[in-house]
Amino acid sequence: MDSREEQNNVTSLLSFRVLDLTDEKGWFCGKILGDLGADVIKIERPGGDPGRNIGPFYHDLVHSEKSLYWWAFNTSKRGITLNIESRDGQEIFRRLVRNADVVIESFPPGYMGGLGLDYASLTSVNPSLIMTSITPFGQTGPYKDYKASDITLNAMSGFMYICGDPDQPPLRFSVEQSQAHAGLHAALATLVAHYYCGLTGEGQHVDVAMRECFPSEWAQSVWFALKTNPQRTGPFIARHLIKRNIFACKDGHVAFNVWLGSMGQKTYNLIKWMEEEGMAGDMSEVEWSNIEDKNVTQAEIVAWEETIAKFFLTHTKSELVQEAVKRDFMLFPLNTIDDVVHYEQLTERDFWKEVQHNELGISVTYPGSPFRSTEFQWQIFRRAPLIGEHNREVYIDELGFCEDEFLALRQGGII
Amino acid sequence: MIQALQGVKIVDFSWVAAGPLTTRVLADFGATVIKIESSIRPDPLRFEYPFANNMPGINRSVCFAIYNANKYSMALNMSISKGRDIAKRLIKQADVVIDNFTPGTMERWGLGYNELIKIKSDIIMLNLTLQGQTGSYSKQPGLGFMLQALGGFTSLLGWPDRTFPGTQLPYTDYIGCYFAAVAIVEALEYRRRTGKGQYIDVSQLESGISFLSSAILDYTVNGRVEKVKGNRCPYAAPHGAYRCRGEDRWCTIAVFTDHEWQALCQLIGSPALRGDKFATLLGRKRNEDELNHLIEEWTINYSAEEVMERLQSSGIACGIVETGEDMHRDPQLKHRQYFWFLEHPEIGVTSCSAPPIQLSKTPPRGRMPAPCLGEHTEFVCTNFLGMSDEEFVELSNEGVFR
Repeated sequence: MDSREEQNNVTSLLSFRVLDLTDEKGWFCGKILGDLGADVIKIERPGGDPGRNIGPFYHDLVHSEKSLYWWAFNTSKRGITLNIESRDGQEIFRRLVRNADVVIESFPPGYMGGLGLDYASLTSVNPSLIMTSITPFGQTGPYKDYKASDITLNAMSGFMYICGDPDQPPLRFSVEQSQAHAGLHAALATLVAHYYCGLTGEGQHVDVAMRECFPSEWAQSVWFALKTNPQRTGPFIARHLIKRNIFACKDGHVAFNVWLGSMGQKTYNLIKWMEEEGMAGDMSEVEWSNIEDKNVTQAEIVAWEETIAKFFLTHTKSELVQEAVKRDFMLFPLNTIDDVVHYEQLTERDFWKEVQHNELGISVTYPGSPFRSTEFQWQIFRRAPLIGEHNREVYIDELGFCEDEFLALRQGGII
Repeated sequence: MIQALQGVKIVDFSWVAAGPLTTRVLADFGATVIKIESSIRPDPLRFEYPFANNMPGINRSVCFAIYNANKYSMALNMSISKGRDIAKRLIKQADVVIDNFTPGTMERWGLGYNELIKIKSDIIMLNLTLQGQTGSYSKQPGLGFMLQALGGFTSLLGWPDRTFPGTQLPYTDYIGCYFAAVAIVEALEYRRRTGKGQYIDVSQLESGISFLSSAILDYTVNGRVEKVKGNRCPYAAPHGAYRCRGEDRWCTIAVFTDHEWQALCQLIGSPALRGDKFATLLGRKRNEDELNHLIEEWTINYSAEEVMERLQSSGIACGIVETGEDMHRDPQLKHRQYFWFLEHPEIGVTSCSAPPIQLSKTPPRGRMPAPCLGEHTEFVCTNFLGMSDEEFVELSNEGVFR
């Protein structure tokens, strides 16, 4: 890998400009494009994006410049303020669009049209523009105006129904996932449209429906195949058989499944270790590679899981993981966020990135690149912008407003 | 109809979930995907429950059918050198090669990146693994079902007083796969401009962690370890899933503002909710158990559909906790043609969810159902490799296409 890493000096999307009008529903899309090297200009309303009030906060100080949620999903963007509801603001926005490749927005359907800034209108300014709209349910259809927050989208995606315990309500993740799924899909679709634009010169409108971005194939496929709905099963995975997925160990929990068939050898690798410690019971007799789920009863699975559960209780998470690596069986620790940050593998791969926040005189550790390439390097080019941080750079240096006009626009509440 | 990735040819060695999901979405946007399989070692997903009409069969797994729609399947015996030679001939004409084997597998077949660039100098190769190509744990075996625990996800789904359930899905697969697709489309664009290919290493763990970025910063900045909150939200109440009439029927309700709260009170009309106790956010948070109980006393009288319609009409974020069945009759999904109904030769009509994206000029399309094992072997040999019938028969007899 070393020789490849040395070549990591070309940034891929350098000449690609994105105007990012989104609220928290769409931040991640612009971040992904920005970290890939696009010039992303985050356009906030004067006073700042309301999403800046979402926590957690730096040292728990509730302040529009200290939202960690904002920081996390707005890296590698420049920031300007602009009131696109004003006539001057709309005029300025059209000028920005002239030199942009992509507009990302997450307003309710019809809002941009009301301002004369919908896709059709903007193509008269820039015929090859790509516009990516991120909304809960899509631009058209009977639910297009339905209100939604993260939990609504979890629910209506088909994902939530099967999360949790059978005797409890369906569950969502305690860290919001809908905006991340949507941002990732939106970035992918934007890049697909951009690739097509590179070939043909044609832009297009990209319409992302957030609730469709969750993984729901499982719920759909079971219903379609069997006309039943899969149920919530707690720490078990229900397929042909119901198998425990989370086990307690001496000092925490681990994730492990009794896999058979083509993965039976991996299970056997654990059983061998249990044998050595005299704890395998009758599991030594089983020919792990030659049995499939269909040859096994639920009672047998439960009995095996009990034997394994007893064994796991005699070892720590770390012992179990070390042996899993050494002996080649499939087990992972149930990590909390601090475990994740301190995980050796991620340190070895130099995953974490230090980002300077000079305004606070600190450096903050961020998650790094989701993939590595021999040609272009994903990086956090700059921390999330402060409110209007690049107003002067964009309005005076790039758009050519004079000082007096700049002052007028500020006093007029336009920027 | 034109598609954005039309003409892009992908040789796909990947199996199970993450890799096939990557090539599925690229195929939906128009790429030609040739899935390399073998009857000696088929994609394990072919054996996964559920099967169409509950009848097992190598071409009957419904998950396989969803993850592999729009692809060709070629049976190729990679354990013999002639099989590997055919793979090389295919790669010579390809734009992208993808696999999700544990590190080292492609190298053992002589198909590592350093070999591939000798065959096709501008090839784009992507390897999608649990923990990446390097590092002490890169070869640790596992599946997305367990990787979500390693990545911190399992610790963030649950009730404060219960065992973590985890999702019943290989959750991180659904993140890694789309980052892999982002990487490939970006690499195609890069090649278009520079003429250069590249090698891409995607770690599902690393790409997954980006979905927890705010919780990560809360730890690296504040030292706080985020814990499960059930369905609660620190700055909203009521906020949760509420039981409705019928068996295991639920609706989520999320109230963030006073305005929404007043609308909800008016709708429910219960005097118990109107008091000072619940008038403010802090009041509602302080008395959240009681609040939830009172809300549920109302929702239980109505179907989930009625609750959603009534609250949405009042401008409150509310949604049915949909099952697979609900999704198949959801009017909005119907409107967006979210399900593609593709006719499969062995299992009849299959229902495949489309990408969550509509592109005005080059929409994703469901062109063909998932392939039967080796269904397109001859087609690929003839049409993509220009192989003569004689050579095809000869190689078949030698067991190359098994």
